[in-house]
Amino acid sequence: MLENYFPVLVLLAIAFGLGIVILAASYLAGIKRPNAVKRSQYECGFDPLTRIRLQFDVRYYLLAILFVVFDIEAAFLFPWAVAFRDIGFLGFVEMMLFLFILLVGYAYAWKKGALEWE
Amino acid sequence: MAEFLEYMHGMGTDLLGPVWPLAWTVIKIAVLLAPVMFCVTYLTLAERRIIGFMQIRIGPNRVGPFGLLQPIADAVKLFVKETLIPEKADKVVFLLAPIITLGAALTAWAVIPFSPELILADINVGLLYVLAISSLGVYGLLMSGWASNSRYAFLGSLRSAAQMVSYEVSMGFTLIPVIMLSGSLSLKDVVAAQSGMWFVIPLFPMFVIYFISVVAETNRAPFDLPEAEAELVSGFATEYSAMSYGMFFLGEYANMLLVSTLGVLMFLGGWLPPVSWLGFIPGIIWFLIKLGVLLFAFLWIRATFPRYRYDQLMRLGWKVFLPFSLFWIFLTGTIIHLVGAV
Repeated sequence: MLENYFPVLVLLAIAFGLGIVILAASYLAGIKRPNAVKRSQYECGFDPLTRIRLQFDVRYYLLAILFVVFDIEAAFLFPWAVAFRDIGFLGFVEMMLFLFILLVGYAYAWKKGALEWE
Repeated sequence: MAEFLEYMHGMGTDLLGPVWPLAWTVIKIAVLLAPVMFCVTYLTLAERRIIGFMQIRIGPNRVGPFGLLQPIADAVKLFVKETLIPEKADKVVFLLAPIITLGAALTAWAVIPFSPELILADINVGLLYVLAISSLGVYGLLMSGWASNSRYAFLGSLRSAAQMVSYEVSMGFTLIPVIMLSGSLSLKDVVAAQSGMWFVIPLFPMFVIYFISVVAETNRAPFDLPEAEAELVSGFATEYSAMSYGMFFLGEYANMLLVSTLGVLMFLGGWLPPVSWLGFIPGIIWFLIKLGVLLFAFLWIRATFPRYRYDQLMRLGWKVFLPFSLFWIFLTGTIIHLVGAV
């Protein structure tokens, strides 16, 4: 069973190795004539006026929380769907109850405007 | 073929001894990755040519016959450009970001079956593996935006990450009815379960939502807001140049190919022919035809639709697709219980 995962590990190493090789090859093959203007970050030709890492919209944070909730829900649903035929009607009802409880939270988030972007 | 493989195994074991399994795996990976990379590079050309024809232009046709050497010319050009790293960037994270994006997009291919025998790692949680690995790509985008230390890259990567995780949720939910019908997470078994009827027929709305979700998840037009060049220059890739820039796009196209392949396996019956009397045509041909149709749809959509606004995009994902796919899970379960064991 576990030896089935061996090719996955090798592929992981090769895929990331390939990335490193491509980057290194590009660095070696490319021209290297850096100067101060090239090395500054893009800002329509100006020197950047303010610091970059100032703040960002709180809605991204709310979205991340909602994502965690629903992604875990999906992670619960996958094994449930595999075993769907074996757990019978009771198993189905239980999962629907669980989904309903989550939907109450979802409705609350909707009502509170966590899903609004203007 | 089987005798040839036997012969190879015998000779390899004699020559390399205990290292042979590793060497054999590396050979198999090369055989897997070479066509994937080939498809990725030629997908870029196909995109430019097809969209060109759709807009009554010719598209790139100067390099080689019909422009067939264009991807090679593009690659050479990207390789000889200067790799610029902004002064204020976090250099390690900055260079790690494209590696993670491309690495995640390629690693997910390990469990994709191209026919009942043609599969690198036949693990029984294949679908879960693909979803887990492909969602790692979002780290690459977040890291690129953070490490660039540039306003446009930062905003672009935030948008991109929010969009990707939003549509990942609805994409995951659309696949659950498929698992309920097939009763397995192994991609091979899912295809085998479609021998009677492709899942696209009973689950047609889920297929539509899946396809729209993956278009959004791979940041393709009309959902290409992270790269909306009119407002964000080039989004998360603003500060990248040369091949570190090219790798984001290799990753994007590899992801496009991956989600199309997954759609073929989950909904369109993989290598199964549409009607059984067409079974004399090899399965891999059917597989490639279906894959081609989905990839063409990606390009067609890009040539046809104007770009979405960000609030429309988030509304579609969270307020339409999410409740609807949850409702469809409920409906599928109810119908299976009403009809009895389907």
